[in-house]
Amino acid sequence: MNKKELMRAYRQMYLARAFETRVAEQYTRGRIGGFCHLYTGEEAVAVGALWHLRPEDYVLGSYRDHAYYLIRGGDPRKAMAELFGHSDGCCKGKGGSMHFCDAGMNFFGGYGIVGGMCPIAVGLGLAAQRLGEKRVVVCFFGDGATNQGVYHEALNMGTLYQLPIVWVCENNQYAIGTSVPRSSAVESMSRKAAAYGMPAETVDGMDFFKMQSVSERAVARARAGKGPTFIEAKCYRYRGHSMSDPATYRSKEEVEFWRQRDPLPRMRAAIRHDFEAEDREFEEVEAEVGRLLSEAVAFAERGRELPVERLYEDLYVDEAAASPTSAGPA
Amino acid sequence: MPKVTYREAINQALAEEMRRDARVVVFGEDVAEYEGSFKVTRGLLKEFGPERVFDTPISEAAIVGAAIGAAIGGMRPVPELMTVNFAYVAMDQIVNHLAVMRYMFGGQVRLPVTIRMPGGGGHQLGSQHSHSAEPLFTHVAGLKVVYPATPADAKALLKAAIRDDNPVIFLEHEGLYNSSGEVAEGLEAGRIGEAQVLREGSDVTLVAYGAMTHVALEAADALASEGLRAEVIDLRTLRPWDQGRVADSVARTHRAVVVEEAPPVCGIGAEVAATITERVFDRLDGPILRVSGADVPLPYARQLEQACIPHAPDVVRAVKRLMQGAW
Repeated sequence: MNKKELMRAYRQMYLARAFETRVAEQYTRGRIGGFCHLYTGEEAVAVGALWHLRPEDYVLGSYRDHAYYLIRGGDPRKAMAELFGHSDGCCKGKGGSMHFCDAGMNFFGGYGIVGGMCPIAVGLGLAAQRLGEKRVVVCFFGDGATNQGVYHEALNMGTLYQLPIVWVCENNQYAIGTSVPRSSAVESMSRKAAAYGMPAETVDGMDFFKMQSVSERAVARARAGKGPTFIEAKCYRYRGHSMSDPATYRSKEEVEFWRQRDPLPRMRAAIRHDFEAEDREFEEVEAEVGRLLSEAVAFAERGRELPVERLYEDLYVDEAAASPTSAGPA
Repeated sequence: MPKVTYREAINQALAEEMRRDARVVVFGEDVAEYEGSFKVTRGLLKEFGPERVFDTPISEAAIVGAAIGAAIGGMRPVPELMTVNFAYVAMDQIVNHLAVMRYMFGGQVRLPVTIRMPGGGGHQLGSQHSHSAEPLFTHVAGLKVVYPATPADAKALLKAAIRDDNPVIFLEHEGLYNSSGEVAEGLEAGRIGEAQVLREGSDVTLVAYGAMTHVALEAADALASEGLRAEVIDLRTLRPWDQGRVADSVARTHRAVVVEEAPPVCGIGAEVAATITERVFDRLDGPILRVSGADVPLPYARQLEQACIPHAPDVVRAVKRLMQGAW
């Protein structure tokens, strides 16, 4: 990879990080409601896993979904407006933090049911395969999802039909507040996946280079019609499970251990190691992203709410099928 | 007109829609090589090949999830769940994913998924194979729910369901598979959401759907021999349902009895009765009565199971009570 490409990867990671910082600010100000799960600390996983995708490829994942949307090229203004619940949000304010989606760039969501997106990835893979398209599906989920029944059903089907899927398990080591040793009979997610007959590897998810390298092989394998690959990305979220979780179940020493492995300073150091790079170059990237995010917040602040009269829109393709009865409050 | 069975009518609809549109695919447990546990998918693998007709593992949740993804990816999946009871295993995918995704993504996806599933009691299959799950599905905004009573409706409405860009739960009654009826050559797709008046009458309106439509018709025959003229309406579609046609009928007959195989609590009868009172309360001569399935899991023993399912004499008794003001 040349310096320009690496700076682009750094920018994506910084964008995902800085966006979440703005989200936390706005959440604290009461402008964002509901559950809000931040990706802070896991940036190298998504940037690396998505690095080799083409625009036609499908992506879907868990409710910790802001980063997927932004890395795939989503508009930060529409992301922030969605969090504000405004009509110019990426889902018109009907989805919220957990349900970002942009069909135009083949990002099919953010799902609030742990593991629930895994069989949907199977279906996307089936469609691509049976329609003779060369698309690849990347499906993100956490370590918690590996304890769900439907996850195992999906992995089995993915290999059974030899589908073009890259399963990316973000093992951030906690399912909300329950650690992997307290919830999984097998602590290694790649070993756990071995039953489903595909290459399965554990990598350092705090390292962009390792992530992009393993995903390069997985994406190429999927695109060549050779079936799915399982990637366990060992990573850490610096914040609690959601904005309402102070994460008291983790020790300061543990958090500090993972702070030492922060993917952003590691990326900066790696770029400096391989190329001539001055502080100014990183500062310029960060300032540019900062301006973009200030504009995103300003855009969201200017936005309008969807009128309540449009409550029943988007339920059915033929709107007449939605029939509010006299019993409904609206 | 040629007579075909309910089973054959559904099979014809599947085959014709697959010929019409290469994006239509059929998958599920034992639907391909075994040709369906009720033989509804007979001949499809042979005609359309394993790319479009394929067997799945026993993984109901993933079958529905795969249908969702395939629909987003440009196909029109028609998965089969072996019975409605097995659909409960897939309830999260149906209710939390299929039904809500278009809405929660602000209208960005279309989900042309038709999930076929046989259900209903009467075959001594016990508590885990005999449910009437239609109220559960009908409760869910974002789904359409179809429950045909005749071969012609089964064919026309399945064609409509497959062409619909929304998720459709297509319920088939196991007790009707061998029933036969006239199905016109070249029958076209029907219209989801329209009830049908199968028999006109002026004394009472019997509202039914699925297998209970035939119970209502039988009851109407018995009532006619006693000089009572019952109008019989087959809802055919439970969501959206034809409120107007039912309300118009009750406005003329002034009495209504709803016949449902499912238990009464929060059921189809409750919904129909509430809607009738909201729309034509001042035209009613009495309460709206329900003849429902018993509010228990279905037992195995024949006489116990039969006591759970409404029969024509039950409907006749309900109508007589209503006519006599003896509710």
